[in-house]
Amino acid sequence: MSETGQNPNKSAKTRAEPVLEVRDLVTHFPVRTGVVKAVDGVSFKVYPGQTLCIVGESGSGKSVTARSILQIVDAPGRIVSGQMIFRRADGSTVDLVKLGDRGREIRRIRGNDIAMIFQEPMSSLSPVHTIGDQIIEVLRLHLGLSKTAARARAIELLAEVEIPTPEKAIDRYTFEFSGGMRQRAMIAMSLACDPRLLIADEPTTALDVTTQAEVLDLIKRLQDRHGSAVIFITHDMGVVAEIADDVLVMYRGRVMEQGNVDTIFHHPSDDYTRGLIDSVTRLQRRSDLRAARAPVPADRPPVLEVKNLSMDFEALRAVNDVSFEVRPGETLGIVGESGSGKTTMGRCIVRLLDPTSGEIRYRKPDGEVIDLVTAHGPALKDMRREVRMIFQDPFGSLNPRMTVAQIIGEPLLVNGIARGRELDERVSHLMEQVGLEPAWRERYPHAFSGGQRQRIGVARAVALQPKVIVADEATSALDASLRFQVLDLLLKLQDELGLAYVFISHDIGVIRYLCDRVGVMYRGKLVEVGETEQVVTAPNHAYTKALISAVPWPDPNRRGIHKRHRYVEQV
Amino acid sequence: MLRFIFKRVLWMIPALFAVSFLAFVLIQLPPGDFVTNYVATLAASNEIIDQNAADALRERFGLGEPMLLQYGKWIWGILVHGDFGTSFEWQQPVGDLVWERMALTLTLTLSTLVATWAIALPIGIFSAVRKYTIGDYIVTSISFFGLAIPSFLLALVLMYIAVVIFGQDVSGLFSDEYQNAPWTWAKVADLIHHLWIPVIILAVSGTASLIRVMRANLLDELNKPYVTTARAKGLSEFRLLMKYPVRIALNPFISTIAWLLPNLVSGSIVVAVVLNLPTAAPLLLQSLLAQDMYLAGAFVLLICTLTLIGSLVSDILLAIADPRIRLE
Repeated sequence: MSETGQNPNKSAKTRAEPVLEVRDLVTHFPVRTGVVKAVDGVSFKVYPGQTLCIVGESGSGKSVTARSILQIVDAPGRIVSGQMIFRRADGSTVDLVKLGDRGREIRRIRGNDIAMIFQEPMSSLSPVHTIGDQIIEVLRLHLGLSKTAARARAIELLAEVEIPTPEKAIDRYTFEFSGGMRQRAMIAMSLACDPRLLIADEPTTALDVTTQAEVLDLIKRLQDRHGSAVIFITHDMGVVAEIADDVLVMYRGRVMEQGNVDTIFHHPSDDYTRGLIDSVTRLQRRSDLRAARAPVPADRPPVLEVKNLSMDFEALRAVNDVSFEVRPGETLGIVGESGSGKTTMGRCIVRLLDPTSGEIRYRKPDGEVIDLVTAHGPALKDMRREVRMIFQDPFGSLNPRMTVAQIIGEPLLVNGIARGRELDERVSHLMEQVGLEPAWRERYPHAFSGGQRQRIGVARAVALQPKVIVADEATSALDASLRFQVLDLLLKLQDELGLAYVFISHDIGVIRYLCDRVGVMYRGKLVEVGETEQVVTAPNHAYTKALISAVPWPDPNRRGIHKRHRYVEQV
Repeated sequence: MLRFIFKRVLWMIPALFAVSFLAFVLIQLPPGDFVTNYVATLAASNEIIDQNAADALRERFGLGEPMLLQYGKWIWGILVHGDFGTSFEWQQPVGDLVWERMALTLTLTLSTLVATWAIALPIGIFSAVRKYTIGDYIVTSISFFGLAIPSFLLALVLMYIAVVIFGQDVSGLFSDEYQNAPWTWAKVADLIHHLWIPVIILAVSGTASLIRVMRANLLDELNKPYVTTARAKGLSEFRLLMKYPVRIALNPFISTIAWLLPNLVSGSIVVAVVLNLPTAAPLLLQSLLAQDMYLAGAFVLLICTLTLIGSLVSDILLAIADPRIRLE
């Protein structure tokens, strides 16, 4: 397998003819209030055997660009103008824009010459058809294979994407697969007809980092074998640095900058690109706010002490004998992949779940220590004021029928702390504290952006002046530039209010930026706890090594996830 | 799966006992009994029955006995002899009365079902795919009319049209000459000739609501990512529509089988009465009015059994149709 950094095609001055050349593509979405120019004059070329990464934040038009190529833009979107010259294997060219979205010709290209992989491998495959059915369909449609031949070929394809026991897997349904396996099946489907161009729309965003690394490896290997061109759409600059030959940066439907991956990362000429790179490279180190602060004294008594905490769901032990402590003013990160039990653990601390065994010793401001596991009645009610939670989904965790003032004021009201004019004043103050205009108090959540909504969630969490906040993936749903604002807000509030955070995340970068110490969870167990810098740079546990080495580094000169550690649990 | 079916069938037994007892009690709850009703009916036509004669009747029907004993005798008869008792009003075994009507009821219901689905599903699909077009608005308006028109009104209007314009005999399911004739092809043709009016009437209201349900189900599915995936594979719009979203949007209809079966007996009472159809529903209504308790009890028991079987069948079919559903 060749090093991606030394792709022979790239060093060659004369490139082959482009597989696809897009010129001035414009795609509009007519809406009630006017026209949304989702793609506004985009031009680029894709070469055989090369990877073009289209990068941008949500709403940048990168996905619509990809869908425009196949003429599968969702209604009411439509391509207004531009050219998309596709070069077939025999050298003939066709303008995809002229083919329209219904005809036989564009259908012959879809899935055959140009294939696509989507973000959510669960919902992008039919839940009621077998994996095999959905692959065989493509083979029969484009290659006209007989049923038995198509089935044999589908098994070969599943083997090629390294799905174990392909002859059995072919008759399975999507929900019987893990996320990574589903995405492999999706890739097998897209490669069925050996396409000239593969479009991958955020194919690894829904996956864990180690699974992401495997899928990226797989796409790279298959690309080398088949010589396809790849358009890879992502918001993750680490992934871009890892796999791209060329990069196209989009913002609000326009191309801000495009060029070779080294140029984009090391000599960006556009301000937006620079901001984007900067927001990622900043996650490579500790926040300035924390680097300047003296470390939390080690002898300060912990505000939260978790001892041998376990949580069973019937036969499954989701949290297994976890112990750690958090001191006031300190942030403890909890990192782990999906299914590691980190969310369950967080929910046990705020008693959304009742742990099966163990202790959660919470030290009240007056020095009294209570066990949150056994707390009930008034003690539990008090504890709910002082140990609070921030949720992941800034859309789902705010009641759409309540105004911002009602949402933020609700904990104060239900706990009988403030009402009337005093409540108004405290809500205004809280809004100022999290950087929201108090004048917006009568608005409903839908009027706010994702970042602003998460600020509302933060304001609600700190309204009761808590001592401990459990933040579960609090910034995962946000774009990179917004993520910083929320992280910095959390740090500012920590200093102002002396808060202790338990910050649950799958994102090593965010953990490194924010946390003083970090614990690593794997299959319900806390396998390692230590100072963030030490865990991230010199991990002790083999699983932590595997996890850290699977994170793509946002620097094209440091590609290395295919050289990562792989962790196999010792049974 | 077999284990699940076995368990469900086992559970049906106590459920049936409970319901049969409840039904028996409920039928007896209104003041009076069949004899009081009978006396009152005769009194309406100036025939007076004295108290002794009434008591003799009660004695003969066993109505004077305690309720529990009556229930016990009834259930024992069903379990041991398959005997559902004798209808007071018709002076015939209940079993014969019910079965006589079930065949025709079944014919009518199944024809209605086929007609409803054959009309409603394609229109529902059309209306979802062409959302907010003229076609969708037209179909939607028509289906709202269908929902809003009471079925007895439609029955009267159609009867009028059939009689006045086509000069057809519209009452019942057979012409007089075939009423008691043995089954021949001519009788079948006569049946079909009579069947279309009730089928249209019953289908109209069913179709209207089904179009709305199908449209809503399909609209939920049309924007799912797997539809985009199918499109990106190069399938034609029609093929991908039928194979993926329509297939999944149809699943909820399987659950409707659960209340389709009991509807065999108790559904469409109004239409059946208006059109004087020899189906089960008018007989059920009459037996309840007359407090003809063994006949009514048999019907309630039948409805209940059909409900239980219907929900079991729909559960099994759902598990077959949707691999995500596991019955364990």
